[in-house]
Amino acid sequence: MKIVVCVKQTPDSEAKLTAQNGQPSWGDAPLVINPFDEYAVEGALQQKEAVDASVTALCIGPEAARDALKHALAMGADEAILVSDPALEELDSAGAARILAAAIQKIGDADLVFFGRQTIDNGTGLVPAQVARVLGWPLLSLVGAMTVEGAEIKVERTIEEGKQIARAKLPAVLSIMQSVGEPRYPSFMGIRKAGKATIPVWTLADLGIAAPAQAVWRAELLNPPAHDSHCEIIKADSPEAIAEALVEKILAEKVL
Amino acid sequence: MNTWVYIDHFNGQPAPASWEALGLAKTFGAATALVFGQNVEALAKIALEYGADSVLLADDPALAVFSPEAFTSTLAALASDSPPALILFPTTSRTRELAAMLAVDLVTGVLVDVTGLELADGRVIATRPVYEGKLLEKTTCSASPQLVTLRARAFPKPTPEAGRAGEIKKVSAQAGGAAVIEGFVAGEQGVSLTDAGVVVSAGRGVSNDPAEGFKLVAELAAVLGGAVGASRAAVDAGYIPYANQIGQTGKVVSPDLYIAAGISGAIQHMSGMRSSKLIVAINKDAEAPIFQAARYGVVGDLFTLVPALTEAFKKKLGK
Ligand SMILES: Cc1cc2nc3c(=O)[nH]c(=O)nc-3n(C[C@H](O)[C@H](O)[C@H](O)COP(=O)(O)OP(=O)(O)OC[C@H]3O[C@@H](n4cnc5c(N)ncnc54)[C@H](O)[C@@H]3O)c2cc1C
Ligand SMILES: Cc1cc2nc3c(=O)[nH]c(=O)nc-3n(C[C@H](O)[C@H](O)[C@H](O)COP(=O)(O)OP(=O)(O)OC[C@H]3O[C@@H](n4cnc5c(N)ncnc54)[C@H](O)[C@@H]3O)c2cc1C
Repeated sequence: MKIVVCVKQTPDSEAKLTAQNGQPSWGDAPLVINPFDEYAVEGALQQKEAVDASVTALCIGPEAARDALKHALAMGADEAILVSDPALEELDSAGAARILAAAIQKIGDADLVFFGRQTIDNGTGLVPAQVARVLGWPLLSLVGAMTVEGAEIKVERTIEEGKQIARAKLPAVLSIMQSVGEPRYPSFMGIRKAGKATIPVWTLADLGIAAPAQAVWRAELLNPPAHDSHCEIIKADSPEAIAEALVEKILAEKVL
Repeated sequence: MNTWVYIDHFNGQPAPASWEALGLAKTFGAATALVFGQNVEALAKIALEYGADSVLLADDPALAVFSPEAFTSTLAALASDSPPALILFPTTSRTRELAAMLAVDLVTGVLVDVTGLELADGRVIATRPVYEGKLLEKTTCSASPQLVTLRARAFPKPTPEAGRAGEIKKVSAQAGGAAVIEGFVAGEQGVSLTDAGVVVSAGRGVSNDPAEGFKLVAELAAVLGGAVGASRAAVDAGYIPYANQIGQTGKVVSPDLYIAAGISGAIQHMSGMRSSKLIVAINKDAEAPIFQAARYGVVGDLFTLVPALTEAFKKKLGK
């Protein structure tokens, strides 16, 4: 059984972001594997242990994005592939999906493709469904638990209204939620292995496709309006008096 | 301009943000509501009451349960017949998949979880939070139809007009659906977090007595007609289900009033509640970062302050 896990590199979630001349800046904060994608890798490794699968991590990004793939290798993925091409400066989610789908087909024989729920940078959460549509494979999104049963997979998904049990035939596309369990830390052996691994780079020519047309464009990147962030601390002699004063303040704001 | 508005629902229960989308569409001109499902004609009538000028109704056993594939094919067929310039969706787990797949079929783009929308010459410029709400972008779609999903509560909800009539046109459904839904366990009933006007949340600060802490928080939420939220620390500790988690790996909410009790205000929590209109923090540590995001704060013990607040609201609101 073969599982492909798609991972993206993003600025660390602790990073302070600012917009500078229309570009995002995160100072010297590190770039990391998208936190949601760590859960996807964890889910894939759990399946690897349960059903004897191989795990391939796949990323579209610049050379520096190798580090995200190395993290997946250090956690226990078997191999990693970077798709990188100067023609891919700005991609929208559908474009990214078409490239990922082509790479998944070039890898060949995948039974499962795992995604994070969304990225913490652009964060559209569209890519998993778009890859499924391009490949024509079933989509099982927001999955927290799964069991492979022969040529099918059974999952538990969390939607707004509750939990669903769903089943689909392999090959299938899954997006993984944090309820799979905390991502394992890379082991010392894993880090050594990842350090030595060769990560092939595939270009668009290798995939045999042209750069996808872009439909979504960023016109402007803005810092959020500075809110008058002065916090008024309510003080009084008793909890009751504080509560009364606070309720007055809240009602005076007329938001309710 | 005639805008199409997709009415999202679960077993016939509409996502309230569908009406917000309809209200926005009406500010641009005429609106056609899209209602897909089985036995959902009642929903089509409600859409008319909320301002739709007409409804395209696909009522078919093939659409009994939401399947992104079948719903996408149904919508793609309609849009190929008479392409609209703009299709609006409320942002939900379902519409994210539907709009995503539709963009593949129609070779267009989706602007996701938008909080502001301007229209110039039939083209939209959308504002949406990126980088977990730390930045905003203005974004456009250069293909057609332009697909836009709207964040719940970012746009005003129109007032329905009882008995308002309009054309309900039956359209055919497309089959599809690669996954089989075998079971469903409903989550806790009550006010949906993303649609709630008031959210009262608690965090690890309840750890001395989590059951009592969340009971107090639920009582305050109830008085305000709101929903209960939580930090990830509270969810991870098992005090409350994951469905209540707010933040980067939970839900994004933008209520009129957000009350955080015993929550420190980690950046990943803030990314889920930053766009609330009014933030109030209760924390025993005056240095807690949550106070930097809050308009009003109280430094003290939530176990005494939250019930006091409940009583004070009861008195003031005459309940
Ligand atoms: C206007 C515009 C602005 C953009 N700004 C940025 C930006 O600031 N920073 C930036 O990095 N990119 C940016 N991009 C590129 C965009 O983020 C990519 O198209 C991205 O790969 C897919 O969108 P997403 O991040 O919303 O993915 P989502 O749909 O949120 O991601 C879901 C899952 O898909 C998988 N996935 C997503 N992207 C990749 C990838 N590249 N490789 C492997 N797996 C992936 C992961 O498993 C992820 O968890 C921009 C594109 C446009 C059009
Ligand atoms: C990748 C990633 C994703 C994450 N996603 C999320 C997310 O979606 N949502 C989220 O919330 N977090 C998320 N986190 C976790 C986040 O970083 C914090 O750890 C978490 O929000 C802390 O929760 P807390 O504020 O309840 O707990 P703490 O930080 O421990 O704060 C508890 C607070 O309660 C106060 N307190 C204690 N006792 C009382 C009392 N009796 N009365 C009043 N105040 C009291 C304390 O002063 C303290 O400020 C994520 C972290 C990572 C790394």
